[in-house]
Amino acid sequence: MSNQIRTKIVKEIKVNLDKCVACRACEVACSGFHANPKYSSFNPSRSRIRLVMDMLNDVYVPVRAGEYTSAECSGRHSFTIHGKEYSECSFCPTSCPARDLFKEPDSGLPLKCDMCEGEKTPLCVQVCRPGCLTYEEREEECGEEELKPGEMEVGLQSLIEKHGYQKVMDTFARLSKKG
Amino acid sequence: MRYAETGFNLEIDLSQGSVKRVATDAKLTRLHLGGQGTAAKILWDRVSPDVDPLSPDNLLIFSTGLLHGTPVPGANRVSVSTFSPLTNLYVNSLMGGWFGPELKHAGYDKIIIHGQASGLVYLYIHNDKVEIRDASHLQGKGCQETAALLQQELKDHKIQVAAIGLAGENMVKMATIDHFNSSASRHGVGAVMGSKRLKAIAVRGTKDINVAHPAELWEMCNAKYQEIYDNKNCGDPMAHDHNESFHVDNFAWGNARTRRSGYWNKEREEQWVSKWKQVRTRDSGCYNCPKDCHYSISYPGRYKYFLKCFSKLTYCMAAFEEIDFNYDILGVTSAYGLDGFSTPQVLAFAVELYEAGILTDQDLPDFPSDGAGRFFYLVEKIVRREGIGDVLANGVYAAARQIGNGAEEYDHNTTKKVEQVPLKLGVINYPFFLMYCTGEKMNITQIEGSFPQAPLADPEKRKKFVENWDAAPERFKKWYLEWEPRQHMPIEASVNVCDWNESMHFVDDAIGTCAWLSSFRGQFGGSPPFHLFNLPRYITLAAGIELDSEGLLEIARRNRNLVRSLNIRRGLRRAVEKPPEDHWKKRDPEMEQKHLDAYYEFKGWTNDAIPTKETLDGLGLDYVSEDFIQRGILTGNETKTSAETEEKQCQGGGNGE
Repeated sequence: MSNQIRTKIVKEIKVNLDKCVACRACEVACSGFHANPKYSSFNPSRSRIRLVMDMLNDVYVPVRAGEYTSAECSGRHSFTIHGKEYSECSFCPTSCPARDLFKEPDSGLPLKCDMCEGEKTPLCVQVCRPGCLTYEEREEECGEEELKPGEMEVGLQSLIEKHGYQKVMDTFARLSKKG
Repeated sequence: MRYAETGFNLEIDLSQGSVKRVATDAKLTRLHLGGQGTAAKILWDRVSPDVDPLSPDNLLIFSTGLLHGTPVPGANRVSVSTFSPLTNLYVNSLMGGWFGPELKHAGYDKIIIHGQASGLVYLYIHNDKVEIRDASHLQGKGCQETAALLQQELKDHKIQVAAIGLAGENMVKMATIDHFNSSASRHGVGAVMGSKRLKAIAVRGTKDINVAHPAELWEMCNAKYQEIYDNKNCGDPMAHDHNESFHVDNFAWGNARTRRSGYWNKEREEQWVSKWKQVRTRDSGCYNCPKDCHYSISYPGRYKYFLKCFSKLTYCMAAFEEIDFNYDILGVTSAYGLDGFSTPQVLAFAVELYEAGILTDQDLPDFPSDGAGRFFYLVEKIVRREGIGDVLANGVYAAARQIGNGAEEYDHNTTKKVEQVPLKLGVINYPFFLMYCTGEKMNITQIEGSFPQAPLADPEKRKKFVENWDAAPERFKKWYLEWEPRQHMPIEASVNVCDWNESMHFVDDAIGTCAWLSSFRGQFGGSPPFHLFNLPRYITLAAGIELDSEGLLEIARRNRNLVRSLNIRRGLRRAVEKPPEDHWKKRDPEMEQKHLDAYYEFKGWTNDAIPTKETLDGLGLDYVSEDFIQRGILTGNETKTSAETEEKQCQGGGNGE
């Protein structure tokens, strides 16, 4: 093993809440980018970034979809920032049972931001002209390389957590017969 | 597959309590595009001309524009189309925000509401789940509070709500339909909603909208966000400009009476800005548009509301008060759901009648002595239709006639029963004369907009303006170049300017794009992000409808003639096509009539402002001409003397982008 410090590129979307005008172009762009074929359909509900919005309380928070969790939090924080109250959920990226954010509207499967692989900057940042979202890449030290489960495994894992092993296996068996 | 649109309308019958999802005819989209175009067709087919606007048989239609839900920036304006209780004619009132795209994602292009519920209800739409629900707990609640309560009750902050306040519930003819930072405010659409006992519509949608040519459309839209954001000539400048001198020094105060030139000064600007800093909490835009044309206001003791456009000044100017009063009373009127444009004029009209002794202490017991106090007093009477408020709630035109005793003299600023912008000007301006007379919206800001209001004095500057004027067909460039200050353009030019201006609004109102990015903004700076020469491409790419500029103009003409026909069938004729009587000091009746003659001829209408059979049939509106002949409105032998001018109009479509 070498003693060289291992680094990784951290992709970061910075959010300046004061600049959000609630246009939700980020949602439009994200849903289009992830459509198949690309940009063939638009649907903010499929977006991996969502604007948590409570207009009359001036709460506008664009949140990026993070990991899936099968259980909701045991409690909640609420934050008061400059006199405005924000629920912890307003900042939380998790696809969780407590809310319908970051789930495919048809299947209920969790959505996760992939930083628009292949694009120079994520699409949400590209269309955010008011400058609420900006993109940065920086190098960061990291520990040992982790083995990342494949994308299919993540999907399967969440299906198993949601429906149980038996149902997933039955479905798999049925599908393979059809094939 | 249908592109850009869903291909379904939602039909609600509140008398029956029924809900239906009805497939639409794609052919109608090609003919009318959508929005108010297809709404006008439905109103033509289904509401007979003798239907009272406040009766169950009137339809209230919420239409998305064809481009809602597509990535085309700024496509979010919902058309609310119905027959107006104020004018007894067609009304198309618009609101931005997020409602239209949300409705489309729920799977509907329109909501068509018929009948009358037995008690106050609200409509809940969540994709295929559509329910008419009891709203008795929302009775009397403010528009903004109703939205907040429904979001709480339905446990979803992403629900978009359009609601009426007390004014709508009591069928006040200045009542609005409010949706967060926007409202459909004009000609009493809120009263129609109230007559149906529909308090609110709450909508949530999670379905896809497909577009026909994904890659190219996205490329154009992605670039457009930046262009719109950078373009200082689009969006609402009033949202950020604190120099109000243009309006406060030039527009008339009170009941559209008094100009107070020199009112604006540095000291006042400082006071007004400091007040704004105290109450303004946040700027916001609308769905998929990077501009921030609205801001929320938090005034002590009032429910929070959004400030819209010119209502920033209308109440204080009508009441001869300072800006603090305007922010204060908007807190009240936004909750009640009152139009910020016409209501202040109704209030100022009542104050004038009181000062003239036509309304007395008997009509207005304990009437305060100050402008602000009087306005607050009158608003409460009007929204509850109490005493004289019941009369004033019918708008200036009707109230003047109900009150009588000389009150009619004080109704000097209405056209076709609609309160107009409070302007007192010198010499008549013919394009504006034509727009005031003939515009179907009866509201100048919804008719004007593509051609500048006045020429730049310096010919070099005019030349420069024209060089960068991509939005204009060639002939307008020539007319503008030759237009010297304080001179009239040729009649032909005035007619064409009126036609172009209104046509662009008819385009916006079919596809749902915002007039601040398009039909209203070309007149200032000449660089609207959307115009005749680039919109056809967006429509083709999004909806898969092959279209060029001439094709788009033809659809605008079809929609224009259909809307005019709706009004003709309800009695509209040349006799009422007049501007507000003292809008201009210097008039020229003979020239005015020549302009009207030329305009009707250009439009292919009779001398009495009725589209001829030839015009209607040429636009595929044969069913309209048949109806007109059957009713004796037309004989069918009226000649269309405008064949030549129509051809000229067509030639404009071939240049630009």
